[in-house]
Amino acid sequence: MIERTDVEHVARLTRLALTEAELERMREQLNSILAHLDTLRAVDTEGVEPTSHAVDVVNVMREDEVEPCFPQDAMLANAPDRSGELFRVPRILED
Amino acid sequence: MAVTPPGADVNPDRYEVVIGLEVHAQLRTRSKMFCGCPTRFGAPPNSQTCPVCQGMPGVLPVVNRRAVEFGIRTALAFHCRVNAACRFARKHYYYPDMPKNYQISQYEEPLAEDGFLEVDVDGSSRAIGIQRLHLEEDVGKLLHEGTIETAKASLVDFNRSGVPLMETVSRPELRSPEEAAAYLRAFRAIVVYLDVCDGNMEEGSLRCDANVSLRPRGAAELGTKVEIKNLNSFRNVERALKFEVARQTAALAVDERIVQETRLWDADREVTRSMRSKEYAHDYRYFPEPDLVPLQIDRRWVEEIRAELPELPRARRQRFVSRYGLSLSTSDILTHHGPLADYFEAAVTEFPDAKAVSNWILSEFLRVLAGGDERVLSMKVPPRNLAGLLRLIADGTISGKIAKDVFSTMVDTGEDAPTIVRREGLTQVADEAVLDGIIDAVMAANPKAIEDFKRGKTAAKKALVGQVMKATGGKANPALVDRLLEDKLSKIQT
Repeated sequence: MIERTDVEHVARLTRLALTEAELERMREQLNSILAHLDTLRAVDTEGVEPTSHAVDVVNVMREDEVEPCFPQDAMLANAPDRSGELFRVPRILED
Repeated sequence: MAVTPPGADVNPDRYEVVIGLEVHAQLRTRSKMFCGCPTRFGAPPNSQTCPVCQGMPGVLPVVNRRAVEFGIRTALAFHCRVNAACRFARKHYYYPDMPKNYQISQYEEPLAEDGFLEVDVDGSSRAIGIQRLHLEEDVGKLLHEGTIETAKASLVDFNRSGVPLMETVSRPELRSPEEAAAYLRAFRAIVVYLDVCDGNMEEGSLRCDANVSLRPRGAAELGTKVEIKNLNSFRNVERALKFEVARQTAALAVDERIVQETRLWDADREVTRSMRSKEYAHDYRYFPEPDLVPLQIDRRWVEEIRAELPELPRARRQRFVSRYGLSLSTSDILTHHGPLADYFEAAVTEFPDAKAVSNWILSEFLRVLAGGDERVLSMKVPPRNLAGLLRLIADGTISGKIAKDVFSTMVDTGEDAPTIVRREGLTQVADEAVLDGIIDAVMAANPKAIEDFKRGKTAAKKALVGQVMKATGGKANPALVDRLLEDKLSKIQT
């Protein structure tokens, strides 16, 4: 069972500011997702290799070759704040 | 901030120091780990990025095959087991140097595990266990407006973001700051020999975090560990660890509890400082990276890479001792840098007196090099030319002293030794008749030295030899001058 404190914990980790109502809604939704996993657990997976992917493909690699980058201006275009060629971000350490 | 009293009244033998190192090495690939952007250092900020390495939504990373190859190469050199299957994972945390808020790394199934690295400290050697070696992507570079503590804002350059990183985690088996520094030196020498990393700590190609704890001697359990970040030179590693060991020793002496935390090494003030740790900082919520399919490492590929492994520093050092009859310490210096060892071996094939070659390299060559790049110097004075110079000393054409001047000229002009000796008329004077006359003149001009010699001051002879050398512009054969002078002095003494 997902408790309220679990939701608060995850919300903090993911930097989400949830209202009281949202916290409760998330708690309910997360619990129903976990309940669905119980349904999946009923499937007999004896002898089936665990996988993290739906497609049965391995070893997709590229050769070590340089390709054109995106223009600097294009990459900086969406920056909320910039200083010359650099992204500018708010103070990092907490006070 | 509590500063450690360095002379705290504790018995240093009461505790055992336990250190583990995590070394991050940037791999020398041309392109990044998951996209085709170049990895070149020093380009204008944010000029080498694309939506993949800036972590835009909806992009698809693709693994750089060469980075995997470099990882396997290093794993084999560290005697690790290369796992038959490995996969990538997302490591979640928030920091402005990483815009997508997770780093693609490896967690449960790393590329390789269970190896060791041999480390030499004080003449004895120890194998330090390596727990794991995995691949990941580097993050962007932060510049703070002032220091991180006082900065109102920070600036980000994402050129480094996505550069392939290899993280190697040692077991907590290092027992002193000196041993930790030796581990890092050995690590660097190997990855540079393997040509997988340029080893440049100033440019951040090799970075190191350390976990340090103390425990009562003989205890099986590990004490509370502190992680120290920002160790970007051999000197810093050793000094930071010494400081931290002293700090923890002093704390334990007064029954203070060690707090598990991350501390930052302040190289200017030579202290470690607690980073105001954020709550939940180490809750990374790893899960398999859905954008990257697993890797199944083909055994044949591993064996191909193994077959191409170069001779590593320790093996080469041993060969220098047995094959060339050099001392262990001389061999150690020569083999620490691959290019220097290559230079030595190339010169020895042209001039087989290995001791003469190594003496010259350890004295004049390294003096002129003065910490610079040996490749630059070896272009000016190729090994063949050093051999030519040593040949001129060996056959008596020039003295060792003149040879040093000739070497300086060789470095300046790139000419070979015979050309310089011929042009500047530096050929040694070994003609007895010529020297006879010069010695007679020197003796006539220094009656006091003769008197001193007669009264038993043998040092006076040395002064006379010096005068003769001076009179010939250093070109006289010193051994011959010594013998001729000895003859003449013994005659006047009777």
